[in-house]
Amino acid sequence: MNFNATLIGQSITFIFFVWFCMKFVWPPIMNALETRKKQIADGLAAADRGKHELELAAKKAGDNMRDAKAQAAEVIAQAEKRAAQIIEDAKTAAKEEGDRQLAAAQANIEQEANRARESLREQVAGLAVAGAEKILRREVNAQTHADLLGQLKAEL
Amino acid sequence: MATEYASSGEYIKHHLQNLTYGQLPDGTWGFAHGAAEAKSMGFWAINVDSMLFSIGLGLIFLLLFRMAAKRATAGTPSGLQNFVEWIVEFIDSSVRGSFSHQNALVAPLALTVFMWVFLMNLMDLFPVDWLPYVAGAAGVPHLKVVPSTDPNVTFGMSLSIFILVLFYSVKMKGAGGFFSELAFQPFPKFLFPVNLLLEGVGLIAKPISLALRLFGNMYAGEMIFILIALMFGGSWVLAVFGGALQWAWAVFHILIITLQAFIFMTLTIVYLDMAHAEHH
Repeated sequence: MNFNATLIGQSITFIFFVWFCMKFVWPPIMNALETRKKQIADGLAAADRGKHELELAAKKAGDNMRDAKAQAAEVIAQAEKRAAQIIEDAKTAAKEEGDRQLAAAQANIEQEANRARESLREQVAGLAVAGAEKILRREVNAQTHADLLGQLKAEL
Repeated sequence: MATEYASSGEYIKHHLQNLTYGQLPDGTWGFAHGAAEAKSMGFWAINVDSMLFSIGLGLIFLLLFRMAAKRATAGTPSGLQNFVEWIVEFIDSSVRGSFSHQNALVAPLALTVFMWVFLMNLMDLFPVDWLPYVAGAAGVPHLKVVPSTDPNVTFGMSLSIFILVLFYSVKMKGAGGFFSELAFQPFPKFLFPVNLLLEGVGLIAKPISLALRLFGNMYAGEMIFILIALMFGGSWVLAVFGGALQWAWAVFHILIITLQAFIFMTLTIVYLDMAHAEHH
């Protein structure tokens, strides 16, 4: 165990090695490690955030679905009500139309009947006058009895 | 290969001798042949093998990690980056666990200490004769392949760390604060010489124990490998037994080299944390 200048040489070498390691080896590696640590942490945070957002979206979708269902049910109910009303309206309109047509037909019939009765009366009056004329031709002057005949005609 | 040596003692000594370059007794400069010659060179000599292997291993560590650092992305890591990130995160959690202050130096320091010490210790798993034999064939008289069995290497690191400890002690607490920490506790102030002695010893013991622990463990481990290697020179029964022993010791040594690197790193962090701490 004899000491010599190797001691000094070793110290210088050691100091140089430590300096080199401190300058060129340690920082880049630690940098990479730190960056990776940060990236992983960021990635995990992003994943958490994504999960949370997914939950929110699912909840929102559920809400939307429920709303849509309620709306659809409402629309259907309204449509049904409207359909029922339309049928009801149609029924009423049909009935009214029927009534009206019935009334018109009745009026028509009555008119026809009146007209028939009128013409019948005319003809009966004519016949009666003709008959009476035949009977009275010999004894009754048509001119003298014309007002009487006209009166009778008006009465009939 | 022990048969090439005159005695097992010489074999062991040869394996424990660094390749030292310095001024030879005759005044010329060159490599020392033997421990006595290396010792006579005094302080101004250098263990070429320790320097080359430690710098080479340190460069392997830095280039590998630099490559990964350059290509480091926040995306999916693969291969080398995965491995490097695994080690960096391990060091980072260790530093966060033991060091409770803000200092950008400590974590890279801990990483360098851990990886460098680990790689230097790892050289211990090479069979003791391989590299020295190749070097010997190339005309190099001595070669010690495990830099951490050279006290110069371990003390070089621990003393640098000790200087950092002193620097941060003074920086964080001020010179007065640091002195009062050494002098005014654990006993009352009037006993400050005793305090100073106790705390001074405690302070000095830090770098020495740090360096000696690593050196001692590695040196002893290397010594056992050398002793096992001696068996290969005996009968074939002994050689087979030695092979099994070497395998077992190498497996156990994997644990030791990792543990020693980890202890060295952890103590470095703890000492620096104590230097930053305001109170004991």
